[in-house]
Amino acid sequence: MSLTPNQAETEDGVSIRLRGVSKEYPGGVHALRSVTVEVGAGEQVAVVGPSGSGKTTMLTVMGTLERPTSGDVRVAGWDAGSASDQELAALRAHEIGFVFQDFHLQDGMTALDNVANGMLYTGAPLGARREAARVALDRVGLSHRLTHRPPQLSGGERQRVAIARALAKRPVIVFADEPTGNLDSRSGAEVLALLHGLASEGATLALITHDEHIAATFPRRLQMRDGEIVGDDRQ
Amino acid sequence: MNLGASAQRERLRGAGGQARYQTAGPDGRRSTLLPRELLWIALQGLRQRTLRATLSALGIAIGIGAMVAVVGVSASSQANLLAEIDSLGTNLLTVTPGQTFLGANEVLPNTSVPMINHMSAVQNAASVYQVSGATVLRTPYVPKEQTGGIGVDAADPGLLKALGGRLTAGQFLSSNNDAFPTVVLGAQAANTLQIPNVNGRLQVFLGGTWFTVIGILKPVVLDPNLDSTAFIGLPAAERLFQQQPNPAEIYVRANVNQVTQVSNLLAPTVDPQNPDGVQVSRPSNALEARAAAKGQFTTLLLGLGAVALLVGAIGIANIMVISVLERRAEIGLRRALGARRRHISSQFLAESALLAVLGGVSGLLLGAIATLGYAVAQGQPWVVPTYALIAAPAAGLAIGVIAGVYPAGKAARLSPTEALRAT
Ligand SMILES: Nc1ncnc2c1ncn2[C@@H]1O[C@H](COP(=O)(O)OP(=O)(O)OP(=O)(O)O)[C@@H](O)[C@H]1O
Ligand SMILES: [Mg+2]
Repeated sequence: MSLTPNQAETEDGVSIRLRGVSKEYPGGVHALRSVTVEVGAGEQVAVVGPSGSGKTTMLTVMGTLERPTSGDVRVAGWDAGSASDQELAALRAHEIGFVFQDFHLQDGMTALDNVANGMLYTGAPLGARREAARVALDRVGLSHRLTHRPPQLSGGERQRVAIARALAKRPVIVFADEPTGNLDSRSGAEVLALLHGLASEGATLALITHDEHIAATFPRRLQMRDGEIVGDDRQ
Repeated sequence: MNLGASAQRERLRGAGGQARYQTAGPDGRRSTLLPRELLWIALQGLRQRTLRATLSALGIAIGIGAMVAVVGVSASSQANLLAEIDSLGTNLLTVTPGQTFLGANEVLPNTSVPMINHMSAVQNAASVYQVSGATVLRTPYVPKEQTGGIGVDAADPGLLKALGGRLTAGQFLSSNNDAFPTVVLGAQAANTLQIPNVNGRLQVFLGGTWFTVIGILKPVVLDPNLDSTAFIGLPAAERLFQQQPNPAEIYVRANVNQVTQVSNLLAPTVDPQNPDGVQVSRPSNALEARAAAKGQFTTLLLGLGAVALLVGAIGIANIMVISVLERRAEIGLRRALGARRRHISSQFLAESALLAVLGGVSGLLLGAIATLGYAVAQGQPWVVPTYALIAAPAAGLAIGVIAGVYPAGKAARLSPTEALRAT
């Protein structure tokens, strides 16, 4: 059992490592075909590629939401293949932030509580979580929208709430799946700036986008096609 | 959020930083859901669908309400009877003439009461004697046939004590007055004759003579027949009607712990020659049997309650399955936020349990109110058995957990990515 974090891996500055990772869905869909890639700690990566090329699948495998059919997955020094549900859940609760295209906020809850809920499974008490949520919402420029509920917010504001939720727990890695996909170009630019800012503080960022301009703002781009990484260019 | 944890994270963030933490270490690096939070999110889940939650809890409420009402109504009736038995005393025995083999009535000897009173384990005994042919009327001008069903009995002065009876007004017969034309009316008799009290020395026309009403009895639990009877003294009956009536029914108070012995000795004491012609009974036995019968729940009603509960449980399971399907995105999000499968299943289990417990508590209230209505209407004490106070919410909890197992398992087994893709 290699459940203790592998020090060598984090010491060499690798945040995410896939080795020969394949993912097959029932019905013979090969969403990932023997993908091998390393993402360094604090690195910012854009993932691009046509629809159905396996971008989301790769991100969910990296984010430990999905186990690969075969291959090695190491995230933040953890062997995701051998870790238990409890351990992977702990990893996600404490170290990983997700941002989705359609926000995934809870409509019945205020912005503050949506963000505070992002830390629900860390076991932190409500007071501490609300405090961290306030700070995070302030960082994304929404300190005047704390008690608004998602339906009362614009798309850009909702995505900023979602980003606040991801960053409030100060994650090591942030995964974003087309976070600007539902936003106009101005809100998209704001959201992107926030994510870049987050990453510049040391967190690893992997972001899926269809937008060439957005991809161009990343120092590293992974190009996917048919479940494979067909291009990996750095500036 | 503690500083130790975030300091470690800072270290990990920087390239070449060292990371060293344990999955379930003391620094809180663990996926946890506090019980308080679990309850809170379950409550939130229900609040988002208030109408639906209310309707599905209604099944449980009706089922449990019906059961509580059945149990409560039986308990109330039983309490009522037991209170009557208590006021009556369980040491009362009655002696009546039996029937001969050919069906004719036996006759109790006139010495019966003194004989019984000589028994050491008897506290006191008194008898009523049927005065044949006598009627009681408000005035002589009322036709004799219109007796209003009131019978005339002679009674020993000790009858009141032996019966444990009480008076609403006046006094009972005593050795001072029982040779005179004085009469004590049973509750129903007084009512029929429209004599509400003994003020003004009202008289009734009894067997062709004026009798003064000296007392009115309260209803006698033991023997409602006595309520529509007018009691005169035995000497008066002998003197005015030239009758020597035999005891019709003797009431005997035995020492509380010798009731059985007395009961066995009564017949040979009353009529040593023909003990078989003497019938002895213990009225409290019959009443206790009736109380026990009332304590038995109506199985049919309980069965209906159980069916309602089953339907309620299925309703809750159904609602929870629908809820899981509708909330796939939320489930996926929670998994992404670090929820374990177990956290997801306990969330839905808690929702289901909460729903059913709320149903159970409402059912308890409904049942208690129904019982109250019944008790007030029947003039009975309002009793909801204490075990129902615990059993109703507990039954709700059990039903909720059982109904929630399948949907909760379904929720926990959902793949988080599939759940996130569902929008
Ligand atoms: N749960 C699933 N079951 C079966 N097939 C799936 C499942 N999830 C994804 N796939 C398939 O896997 C392939 C890769 O899907 P994925 O969502 O990773 O693509 P993507 O690159 O993110 O596409 P898009 O840009 O449209 O979001 C697709 O062919 C998709 O149909
Ligand atoms: Mg995708």
